[in-house]
Formats: sequence, C-alpha cells, structure tokens
Amino acid sequence: MFLDLFLNAVVAGILLGGFYAAVALGLSITFGQLDIVNIAHPAFVIVGSYTAYIVNERLGLDPILTGVLFMPVFFVAGMGLYRFYYASFERTGQESLSGLAFFFGVMFIIEVVLILVYGVDYRLVEADYIGKTLHLGIISVPYRMLVPFLVASVMTTGVYLYMSRTFTGRAILAVAQDRLALQLMGADPVKIKQIAMGIAIATTAVAGSLLIVIGPVEPSVGRLYIGRVFAIVILGGMGSIGGTMSAALLIGVVESLIATFYGPSWAPAVGFMILLLTLAFRPQGLFGRI
Amino acid sequence: MKPKIHLFWIGAAAVFAAGLMFTQVADNEFYFFASYVVLQAVIMATAWNILGGFTGYVNFGSAGFFAVGAYTTVALNKAFGLPLPVMIVAAAALSGLLGLAAGYLTLRLKGVYFAISTLAMSIVLETVANNWEYVGGASGAYILTPEDSWFFDSYIELLFMLILTLAIGSAAVARFLSSSRIGQGLAAIRDDEVAAASSGVPTLKLKLISASVMGAMMGVAGAPYPFFVTYVDPVSAFNLLVAVNAIAMPMIGGTATWIGPIIGGLVVGGAQEIITVTISSEMNLLVVGVMLVAFITLAPRGIVGLFQDFRDKKKRRKQ
Repeated sequence: MFLDLFLNAVVAGILLGGFYAAVALGLSITFGQLDIVNIAHPAFVIVGSYTAYIVNERLGLDPILTGVLFMPVFFVAGMGLYRFYYASFERTGQESLSGLAFFFGVMFIIEVVLILVYGVDYRLVEADYIGKTLHLGIISVPYRMLVPFLVASVMTTGVYLYMSRTFTGRAILAVAQDRLALQLMGADPVKIKQIAMGIAIATTAVAGSLLIVIGPVEPSVGRLYIGRVFAIVILGGMGSIGGTMSAALLIGVVESLIATFYGPSWAPAVGFMILLLTLAFRPQGLFGRI
Repeated sequence: MKPKIHLFWIGAAAVFAAGLMFTQVADNEFYFFASYVVLQAVIMATAWNILGGFTGYVNFGSAGFFAVGAYTTVALNKAFGLPLPVMIVAAAALSGLLGLAAGYLTLRLKGVYFAISTLAMSIVLETVANNWEYVGGASGAYILTPEDSWFFDSYIELLFMLILTLAIGSAAVARFLSSSRIGQGLAAIRDDEVAAASSGVPTLKLKLISASVMGAMMGVAGAPYPFFVTYVDPVSAFNLLVAVNAIAMPMIGGTATWIGPIIGGLVVGGAQEIITVTISSEMNLLVVGVMLVAFITLAPRGIVGLFQDFRDKKKRRKQ
C-alpha cells in the first residue's frame, strides 16, 4: 500500500516536474541568461491559460494547439516588452530598483485586469484526453498530466536545440556572458536580447495552455508559481536548460511526495521553501554555475 | 539643522492635536475607518522605504511582515488577553527578528535575491498560517473588540488615534535614520555598494539594521489590524494590495527622502478610499498598478522629485 502510494507520487511528480520545466523555461532565458528579473513571467503564463480558455470556449479548439498557434503573438509582445524595459530602465542603469518594481507592477496589472474581466471564478477547458486515465499495473497516469508532460518535454528540447545549434541561439548565450565581446563580433546585443525575451514570452503561451489542461485556473494562481519558477531557475544554475529541467523534476517530485504524505495544503510552500534554502545555502545552484 | 528639528516636532504635535480635535468634531465613523486604512498604509510605506528607498533593496514580502504583526496579536490575544500596547511591542520584536533573519540570509547576495526571497517568505508564512489551527487556519479567526475605549466615544476613534501616533512615530524614526550617520551610510550603499564597502562603510551591518527596523515597523502596522477588522484570515492578512501599496506609495511619493513615502501614502491612500467608494475596489487596484508603472517609467524620483524639479526651474528663471 505504501509502495503503491509512493510510486504513484513519484510518477505524478515527474510528470508535474516536466510541466514546471515548461513554465520555468522562459524565465531561465530572461532571468538566467539576460539578467532581466521578470517577476511577471508567471502572470504571462496565466494570460496563456486564459487565451487557451477563451479560444476553447468560443471555437472549441484544442487548448494546447491554441497555445502553439499563439506563440508568435506572445513572441511579439515579449519583444515589445523588452523594448520598453530597455528604453526605460536598462539603458539608464536603473534596472535594479525601478526595473524590479516595474515587473511587479506589470504582474499586478495583468492579475487585476483578468479579475475585472473574468472575475475570480476558476476557468477550465475541454478536450478529449482530459478526464481519461492510463493504467500501467499499480501506477495510474491521468492523460491531463501525461499530455502536458510530453508537450513540455518537446518544447524544452526544442529551445535547447535552438540555443545550442543556431547562430541567434548562440548569440543569446554569448550576450549573457560578455556583452562587449558580442558587440565586437558585429551583433547588436539589444536586438539579440529582444529576440531572447520574445522567445521567453512565447513559451508562456504553451506553458499557460498546459496549466489549464492540468487543472482549473483563476487569475491569482500565477503568484504561487513565482516561488516555483525562481527556485527552479536558481537551483538549475541560472540559465542552463538541462539544469532547469533537472531542478524542475526535483521540485515536482518533492512537491508530489509532500502532497501525498502530508496533505496538499502544504504543497505550495515547497517551492518557496526550497528557494529560500537555496538562496541561503547554495546560491550558485545545484550544479554550480554562477 | 537645529531649527528644523523643532519644526518637525511642532508639526508632529500639530498633527496629533488635529487628530484629537477630529475625534471630538467628526461623528461619522466612516471617516475614522478610511483614515485608519490610509495611515496604516503610510506606516507600511515609510517602513518599506527604510530598506527599499534608502539602500535600494526591494522587499516584495511586505504583506508577510504585516501579517506576522497581525497574527502575533491574534495569538497573544487568544492565549493571554494582553493589552494592545504590549502586543504591538511583541509584534515589533517578532517581525523585526524576521527582517533580521531574512536580511542575514540573503542581503549578502545581489539585491534581486533578497527581493525574491522576501516574496517567497511571505508565501511560506501564508501556508503556515493556513495550516495553523490555533489562530483559525484557513477559515480565519474572530477578534472581540474591547468594550473600554478610554475617553473616546467609540473604539474606532481610539484605534484611529493609536495608528496616528504610530504613524508619527515611524515618520520620526525614518527621519532620524535618514539624517543620522546611519542614513549617510545607507545612501552610500544605494549609490555604489562596492565603493561604500571599500571606503569603510560597514555595509552588511547597516543593511541588517535597516532590514530589522523595516520588519519591526511593518509588524507594528499589522498589530492593531485584527481589532480594526475584527476578523482575520490568511487571505486578508497576506493581501497582495498591502505588498503592492508598500512599494507603490514610496515609488510614487519619492524614495530618496523620509517624507516621500508619507506624501505617496496620503495621495495614493486617499485616492484609493475615494475610488473604492465611488467606483469599485477592483478599479482601485488597477489604478495603483497603473500609477506605479507610470511613475517609475516617467517620474522615477516621484512626487518629491517633480516638486524639486519645479522649484529648481523657478529658481533658474529668477536668475
């Protein structure tokens, strides 16, 4: 009986962790690579969820497909956001105090606008795979967890390949390491960062659609993800995508075990607790790149 | 410098006296409720600014410190039924310690880590409050207001005078910190921490002092809150609006001086009360968010900065 619970909790945790990687992926680019502390990242994920919800309700389109289709829109929004951030704060060197407060304000505005338009009710989507379960011996895997896990893995791998194989991807890694050297090689760091931020926000379209497939969503859910995603990015070693994936899986499994054995009301604190411990004792992350 | 000190205390005494007069003249209780909310926000803004404005370390978890103050009152009231002033001191001590601990663990890292860890701390504490049955857990706790309201007509008038006194007190503390040697050290940290440290400013010690004072002051703001609302649950004690206001008010008023957060608190807090009554409380949240973003992008030095620019321009025109 214990083994049953334990195995199911671990499997659920791995699936959850894969999904967390998708949520943290964009932040590992903005915060990890570009040094932009985008606290509003989870708020964009919620915008992704609501986009999937609206399209699903009006047109009956599959939520995850909607997420993928809306990636270009989110990409452009991310580029615009970076332009604004650069012109207002980064150019004048005010990003530490004002930039932080700016993203905090953006997060708050997104949450309040969603509440004003849609209220605080939980919203959910409909799709064929939601509600069905796959049984493998003693382990049962709900499809609403399995599908997001698979999609998240594909997206994470895709971004990983893009960053390591293409010219622009490598330029993004380069701008994180040495901005001046990149400039000397003839690439414009502002343009590169703009594209990187575009990619980061584009991933939230998909991550948001996965979130609403896993469970119902309301506007303030995003706040719970702030601790999780920052814990994952810092634990994963700031910007390493492999590290982000591993840290996400770790947090997913720990959260799932705590929820199973101590009760789900403690689960939200897990990510934040791990984050606090990481900051206090191992700020360079598990794998030690800073 | 000397005459200015007198001026501050004369002003403080005048505000206090005006508050007393107000309790005798006004008979609509709504005014006291509204003023209480604004003054509570003024204390929170002043407290936030002692760390955020003076040193440049952003605290996103103001609601956590506030809630520690509020829950200290709830717990002590239930356990021993102590008088309110004692509970305020206890709340100050507890949340001051919390500020010290958070500062000790993360103030040596870059500012952003402190910012994120305060946010994380606030949510961890909220989860603890949700699971702590003694103080009501997720469903909250009711507090009975004492029947004795001294020589005031009602308990809310007493609370109003209490929070007014606390607000004056926190303004005095902030003013003392910014004009003393500590304040000069804090300003040096804000401008260039490495340079300050290498010229002998004890940066970590100063940051820890201001983090503790900030925490204690937020706890003080939260301690009378249970008696004000008579019902406390995690959602209201850890309200996001408390955290947003604590950042928005100094940013809007101006972070460089002690008076900036007070001006910001009065302007934003007053506007919020009016919007809540005339339009809706959701709209008031939106207005704060938009004002915050507008001010940090367009007028980063806040209302005080705008005023200084205006005065400088006038002076130049005269010459």
